[in-house]
Amino acid sequence: MGMTIAEKILARASGLQEVKPGQFVTAKVDTIIGHDISLAAFRELERMTADKVFDPERIAITCDHFVPSPTVNAANQIKELGEYINRYQIKNYFEVGRGGICHALFPEKGLIRPGDVVVGSDSHTCTYGALGALALGMGSTDIAAAMALGEVWLKVPETMRIQLTGERGPHTSGKDLILYILGKTGTNGALYKALEITGDAVGGLHMDERFTICNMAVEGGSKTAVIVPDDATREYLAGRVPPDAQMRFYKSDPDAAYCADYVVDCSEIEPMVACPHSPANVRPAAQLSGVTIDQAVLGSCTNGRLTDLRAAARILKGRTVKPGVRMIIVPASQEIYLDAMREGLLETFVRAGALISPPTCGPCFGGHMGLLADSEVAISSTNRNFTGRMGAANSQIYLASPATVAASAITGRICDPREVMTS
Amino acid sequence: MTGGRVWKFGSDVDTDVIIPGRFLADWNKEPEKMGQYCFYGIDPQFNTKVQTGDIIVAGDNFGCGSSRQAAPVAIKSAGIRYLIASSFARIFYRNAINIGLPVLECPVLVEEVNEGERLAVELDKGEITNLDTGKVYRFEPLNEMVQQILDSGGLALYVQKRLKSVLNSSF
Ligand code: SF4
Repeated sequence: MGMTIAEKILARASGLQEVKPGQFVTAKVDTIIGHDISLAAFRELERMTADKVFDPERIAITCDHFVPSPTVNAANQIKELGEYINRYQIKNYFEVGRGGICHALFPEKGLIRPGDVVVGSDSHTCTYGALGALALGMGSTDIAAAMALGEVWLKVPETMRIQLTGERGPHTSGKDLILYILGKTGTNGALYKALEITGDAVGGLHMDERFTICNMAVEGGSKTAVIVPDDATREYLAGRVPPDAQMRFYKSDPDAAYCADYVVDCSEIEPMVACPHSPANVRPAAQLSGVTIDQAVLGSCTNGRLTDLRAAARILKGRTVKPGVRMIIVPASQEIYLDAMREGLLETFVRAGALISPPTCGPCFGGHMGLLADSEVAISSTNRNFTGRMGAANSQIYLASPATVAASAITGRICDPREVMTS
Repeated sequence: MTGGRVWKFGSDVDTDVIIPGRFLADWNKEPEKMGQYCFYGIDPQFNTKVQTGDIIVAGDNFGCGSSRQAAPVAIKSAGIRYLIASSFARIFYRNAINIGLPVLECPVLVEEVNEGERLAVELDKGEITNLDTGKVYRFEPLNEMVQQILDSGGLALYVQKRLKSVLNSSF
């Protein structure tokens, strides 16, 4: 019996010829990622009496959640983290102003490679599946153990295949696709499973869209998601990873076994919106045009990349954000910020009346930089709309693509971007 | 055989009710304190009722929601010895094993046992005996890795041991 890409990566990392779903393995870890809140993992590492990490070059930490520090506690957290970084001589550490949001930053810096096993103390670590890596979110003790030993124990997941076919319509993006898929699977339809995103239509997906799709896979309960690497992946990696870096381009065997198989026709997908309070509570944007909004957020590890900012700028150019609506735009990394500046996107945003934040998680998890007041309604390009996630417990969050967020900011209500672009 | 008293819960018990978010500020500095807030979200008195060695029995998907490791820590610190459920949420399962709290899947027992009954668990044999009814239940034995972590008293101690043995073997 053949193996899926997830099984192949785990077999290689465990030093086995073959692995099967349900089997427990000890896998070597290639990369470990974390952020300011991962301080907890370093405290655990200390408690393990580990005086060094398995490989200081293969651990990447950025400051992104409470950046720039909104409270003294948050400032102390980053200060203490910096002390651990020095002590364990972590090489890839991105201080405030030098990096950005973990899941946008680490691929951009060439720190994630196809075929890698990546673990991180963040539930959206699965984002790196977009590069053909097997990437898993875990708790703080697991990550500390991985840092000490360079390995993790894992149960080999079953793989669920999603084949994308057909041509997408205008103003629909990877975000609309993953929202559509979540609408079908529900929040636990993929529990414990690895999603494999494949099919003819994958070739037409920009890398930024692939990151968005894998990022949100976890909202369906899955263990991770992976997209088979192709020419677009190679192109993205060229110039980012060091020339001598080892990259492994796996793909699933034709006779690999899947626990479920879905075909999604992309030509049928419209701009989609996840309604409160679940990322799987999905409806077409066009059906929600009666919902007025107070805030529009464009950013996060889901949709704060350059093509996301471009999509919003196309809509905001020469238009203005509706009075009474706040629009907050958060480029996900310093590099993206700089590119957006060079391309004139930031000017378009400022002229439209949007506020630009430095790269930070900020409003995505209700940390700072634009929380919602009582009963307010937001449309956001982020990934979770759980009760109270972005501010007041009785506020409401709708999740959508950058284009839909921008169109809604202009009209002051949830708006299918096709409506604005044809008028 | 001495057994632990059963506390019974339903399905989809989430980590927010096990340990509400407001108790999480810097919990990692003094994890033992979490025990007094165990199940605060649904029963603020739970900690005063539970006795060391007691057992939780629950339905499907125990520990769903946020990945907070403080949830299994709170249960363990409250004195709970074993957690038995029909199934567990993925990250909770790992976190529980990692802090040395045995989590066992045994759907038949979940169906039949009543709150307050006493259970004796024999991890190595893969057996649970209901001391009130005398009925013996089998559960899928833990895999070797999980067993090693539990035998070491949790992942942190397991790693400590591993690090020491690497050190010794190099001399
Ligand atoms: S942007 Fe949001 S989802 Fe992404 S890492 Fe930050 S807080 Fe988490």
